[in-house]
Order: sequence, then structure tokens, then C-alpha cells
Amino acid sequence: MAQVTLDRVRKTYPNGHEAVQPCTVEIPDGELVVLVGPSGCGKSTLLRMIAGLEDITEGSLSIGPDVVNHKDPADRNIAMVFQNYALYPHMTVAKNMGYGLKNRGASKAEIDQKVAEAARILNLGDYLDRRPSQLSGGQRQRVAMGRAIVRDPELFLFDEPLSNLDAKLRNQMRIEIRALQQRLGVTSVYVTHDQVEAMTMADRIIVLNGGRVEQIGTPSEIYERPASTFVAGFMGAPPMNLMQARVLNGAVQLDGTTKLTLAPPAVATDTVLVGFRPEDVRLGGDGSAVLEVAIVEELGAHRLLHGTLGGQSFSISVGKDETAQVGPQPITLPQDRVHFFHPERGTRL
Amino acid sequence: MADLTQSSTLQTSVSTPLRPRIKLRHVVDHAILIAGAFLMLFPVVLVLMTTSFEDADIVKHGLQLGFEGKMLENFEAAMFEASGFTKTITGTRMLMNSMILGLGFAIGKIVISMMAAYAIVYFRLRFATLAFWIIFTTLLLPLEVRILPSYEAIQSLGLANTYTGLIVPLIASATGTFFFRQFFRSIPEELVEAARIDGAGPVKFFIDIIIPLSRTMIAAIFIIMFVYGWNQYLWPTLITTDEGMFTLVRGIKQIVQVLSQTGAMIPEYGKALALSLIAMIPPVLIVIFFQSWFVKGLTESDK
Ligand SMILES: Nc1ncnc2c1ncn2[C@@H]1O[C@H](COP(=O)(O)OP(=O)(O)OP(=O)(O)O)[C@@H](O)[C@H]1O
Ligand SMILES: [Mg+2]
Repeated sequence: MAQVTLDRVRKTYPNGHEAVQPCTVEIPDGELVVLVGPSGCGKSTLLRMIAGLEDITEGSLSIGPDVVNHKDPADRNIAMVFQNYALYPHMTVAKNMGYGLKNRGASKAEIDQKVAEAARILNLGDYLDRRPSQLSGGQRQRVAMGRAIVRDPELFLFDEPLSNLDAKLRNQMRIEIRALQQRLGVTSVYVTHDQVEAMTMADRIIVLNGGRVEQIGTPSEIYERPASTFVAGFMGAPPMNLMQARVLNGAVQLDGTTKLTLAPPAVATDTVLVGFRPEDVRLGGDGSAVLEVAIVEELGAHRLLHGTLGGQSFSISVGKDETAQVGPQPITLPQDRVHFFHPERGTRL
Repeated sequence: MADLTQSSTLQTSVSTPLRPRIKLRHVVDHAILIAGAFLMLFPVVLVLMTTSFEDADIVKHGLQLGFEGKMLENFEAAMFEASGFTKTITGTRMLMNSMILGLGFAIGKIVISMMAAYAIVYFRLRFATLAFWIIFTTLLLPLEVRILPSYEAIQSLGLANTYTGLIVPLIASATGTFFFRQFFRSIPEELVEAARIDGAGPVKFFIDIIIPLSRTMIAAIFIIMFVYGWNQYLWPTLITTDEGMFTLVRGIKQIVQVLSQTGAMIPEYGKALALSLIAMIPPVLIVIFFQSWFVKGLTESDK
């Protein structure tokens, strides 16, 4: 097990594209960190630099006490699970799992024992003699996990390991991976673009945007106190409502008529972005804020009401027992759930 | 072959399990295929029949239909009777020489072109692409074009009348390199990376991953190259003057040139024809054997 430290790690591809801007993170021993962000934001690049599959342009990377910038992937004592599993098609499940050990010169008996142990943990006992092509997607995923755990690595790296599975299996494997990781206590870096996966699996989340770290924090920190409008919009479904507002005479005003009963942010600005999560807003109120509901979306457990508030689009989520219909609805925007952001920079105020 | 399998699957899928109906289309398909097969086989059968005649008859009447009693004799002579000007070479010896040439040629080509393609695809060589295109342009230079310099080089190295001299100049293969390069490029990048993390160095990766994955490709190229090597005529003619080094294809010609010593002074046509038939057997066996392997490989493995 090991602590992983990234110190101003940067990546510029040979074609001049800066895929990862200087990134400093410390991952304590045994923690599962999720890298999340939209497509092309540099998640895989960062992960592959940790794996040693991609050169580090600048900065230093340590796994445990040693700087490993120039170490071969095989010498970093890591294991990686790929999106398409990358199993060796011509080898049986047992050979797939044991290949790394064999290359390290482990004895036949030791390989057999470790493979059997991994197969037991992952319920793969019946499949050891099959080829990957004779397995289902979920089973292949498990073999990929098995290949990672037989080597007792110091660090697990996952690059969107569940994105080829169907929704149900994904939920199941998510829990299994998390349980396994906690049981083994292996430090892990997990890449995903699925914010639900990020929220449910992570000890800490790193939100990336265009190669830049937007925020690092626990799932609840990220959700409760997003550091920027990007994070606010990316984490949470449906995303946080963001509205342009003006601060006039100590009040927050959406347009000429809609005045919100909110204390303005402590920082003095003329204009501000006001954010509310859809589920923080309640139906009913004194009539100072009225949502013009245009569409009601039934989701079973709850409903989404989409409409406009003071001329700007706004959505709220209400329980399935509450009345919801199209037309004007008074709503309450609780003071303690408001987020203010800088109008240009998008940073939290 | 493809047509055959296709039409048979069609037939099974269309016909009902109880009473297979015969469709006109299938009758026509099969008629064409059978006619084609006869057309292809006829010359072979004709030659086989002719080997049962006396050389004198063959000279007088050309190729013959029917059976006489000389077939066994001719085949025996073809295989075991020493011939040529020096009377040192038998059919078996030529068969062995051809085998060595065919196998050496095919295996050599596969080894060389796999290694070249491996270097081009997996090593970050500065001029890998350039190197590839240079190799590729040699396709435009077949052996016939470079035959004099090749001969000169082999001759002055003292390799004339050796297996090395016979095989080595032929094994550089742009075609093989091209096919293996295309194949290696279709192997997913992640597989390469997984192997790197699993600690497979370049040699281990080549042996443990690349070679098993290339099985079908190797089988296909082996078939083509073995047959091609087996049928080589010009280069063996040039580089082997010692009759003990003759290959079958080269030797058949020699038999016809040497007049029989039985007094009749006519070429031993029966023996030459028998030898031609023998020369056909190994390539046919190779194709049959590797084809089944090749199909099995294609259906079993997925990258
Ligand atoms: N070899 C390369 N050369 C140049 N640019 C590259 C290279 N690989 C990736 N990039 C660029 O770097 C950026 C980050 O790529 P990366 O693969 O890390 O994205 P990602 O966050 O993993 O996206 P996804 O969720 O789609 O997998 C992208 O803009 C991509 O175009
Ligand atoms: Mg990626």
C-alpha cells in the first residue's frame, strides 16, 4: 500500500496540446480517488501518467517514498483495469490472471495459489479454463479485476472500467469494486465521466475541466460547496440552477419584477450568479418567487418541474406526492441552500 | 470453396427439416461447381493416365487417355532411379531439396517479415515510416530484376550450390512485412499497455502475445509462401549447378533433356510426368492441412 503524490504534474503532448495543467494532489494510503470530468478533459492522460504509459512533461510523481517519473510501468507495482478489459484473447482466464506473476518469476505453485484465491474472491472459479471470448461482459470485467488483484499491487488504476456494461450490471459492479477495494485497502485512482459513480464510490473526487483541476474534495464537499459553476453544473442530475442576478440595495434581483428574499453575498459585486439545486427548492411560499412551470417530467420516485423563474430557466424536483401541474407555482428558495458565484470567473463567492 | 460453404448453409437454412426441397438455383450452382472441378482436374487425370504408357507411345501419340501397365514402373523410376547427366540424383533427393527450399523460404519469410513489422509498429524508431515505405517499394523490384547482382553476390560469397545460397536471397519479403504490419496495427493499444504493466518486455511480448495472436496470419502467409517457394524455378536454376542440389521443379526439366539410355534415345516422358504429379502433392497437402487450421483460428479467436 502506498501514498501517491503528484507535484505540479503537467502533460503537453508532442503536438503541443496541453492535456493536463500543473496538478498537485496527495492521495493518502488506502484512499479511492475518483477523477471525473467531461470527455477530453485529461482524465485518462493523468491516469496514464501515473501508470507510466505516458511520459510526464513536468513535475514529479511519487508512489510510496520514491519518485517514479522514469520508472517502467512494470516496476511501479501498479495494476490497471482498462475500459475494454484488454484481456489476452488467446489465454485462458487463469493464464490471463497469472501472466503478470509469471513475468515476475513467481513459481508455478505460487501463481496457482494466488489465481485460485483471486478467483474465489471474484466468483470466477468455474471459468478458469475459459477464454475471454467465452465470457459475458461482466465476467470479463471480473477477470480484469482478478488480473489486477493477483499481483498485490500498491496502487489500482481504473480507466472507466464499467462503461461497457449495462446499467444494472454497472450498479452491481460499482458496489463490488468499492467493497473489494476497501477490503484490500489498496490505494486507487478511478477515472469516470459518470458523476453518480464518482459520488458513490469516492473517498475524494477530483473534478477536471479542460486539463485543469477545478476542485478536490469529498463527495459531500463537492456537492454541498461546489468551487465553481462548472462543478456545480457537472455534479448533480439535474444540474444546479444558475441565474444571473443583480445586487441592488442589499437585495438580489433577477429582473425588474422578481426580487429574491436572500441576503446577498458578503463580497461586494453588482452582478452575481445565484445557484440552487433543484431538490433544495420547495413548492409553495409567499409568492415572492413564482415558477412558470412549462413541463412536468415524471420519474417515478419524484417529478421534475421545468420552467422559468424571472425569465430564466429553472428546474425543481418535488416528491411524487406533491401536486405538480403546468402554470405558475409559488416556490420557496431557502437562504441556507443558496450558492453564489462570480459572474465572470464562475468561482464561488 | 467460399461458394460451396455458402450455398450449403443457404440450403440448410431454406429447406424445411422434414422434406428438403431441392431448388433450381442450387442445382445450377452445383452443376457449375462440378463442371469447374472437372475442368481443373482433367489435366491432372490426363497426366496420370499418360504415365501408364511407354515413353515411345507418348512420343508418338502425345498425352493419352486410358491405362497401360507402366504406371508403377514410371513412378518407381521417378522416385528412386538416379538420373541426370551425372546419375547422382533421385526423385526422393529432389523432393527433399524442394521441401527444404519450400519450408526454408516460407519460414524464413515469416520470421523476417514478422520481426521487421514488429520493429516498425512497436518501436518508436525515428524513421519507421520511411523504413516501411522503403521496404514496401521493393515490391516493385522482384527477384527477376535483381537477379544478376544477387547471383554475383551469392557466387562471390561461395554460397552457390548451398541451401543457404538457395534460400537466403529469396526471404526478404515486402508482402509479408506489409501484411504483418497491418495486422499488428489492428491489435488494440490497451493490450500492449496491459502487457507492459504485466511486465512483458519486447521479447516476451513478441513471443507470448504477438505470435499466438498472429496464428491465422502466419498460417495464411505460410500457405502462400510455401507454394511460391516450392514453385521457384529461375533462381534454383541459376544458383544450383550441382545436380545433387536440384529441386523437383528444376529436375523435371533435366529429365526431359537427358535422353534415356535404354537405347531408344527418347526422353523419359513417363518418368517426368510422374515426377510432375509427385511435385504437386506437398503443396496440396500443405494447403489442405493449413486451411483447416486457418479456418479454425479465424472462428475461435477474437482480438
Ligand atoms: N496522443 C495524443 N496526442 C495529442 N493529444 C492527445 C493525445 N491523447 C489525447 N490527447 C488530447 O488530450 C486531451 C485529453 O485526453 P484524454 O484521453 O485524457 O481525455 P479523457 O478525459 O480521458 O476523455 P474521455 O472521457 O473521452 O476518455 C484530449 O483533448 C485529447 O484530444
Ligand atoms: Mg479517457
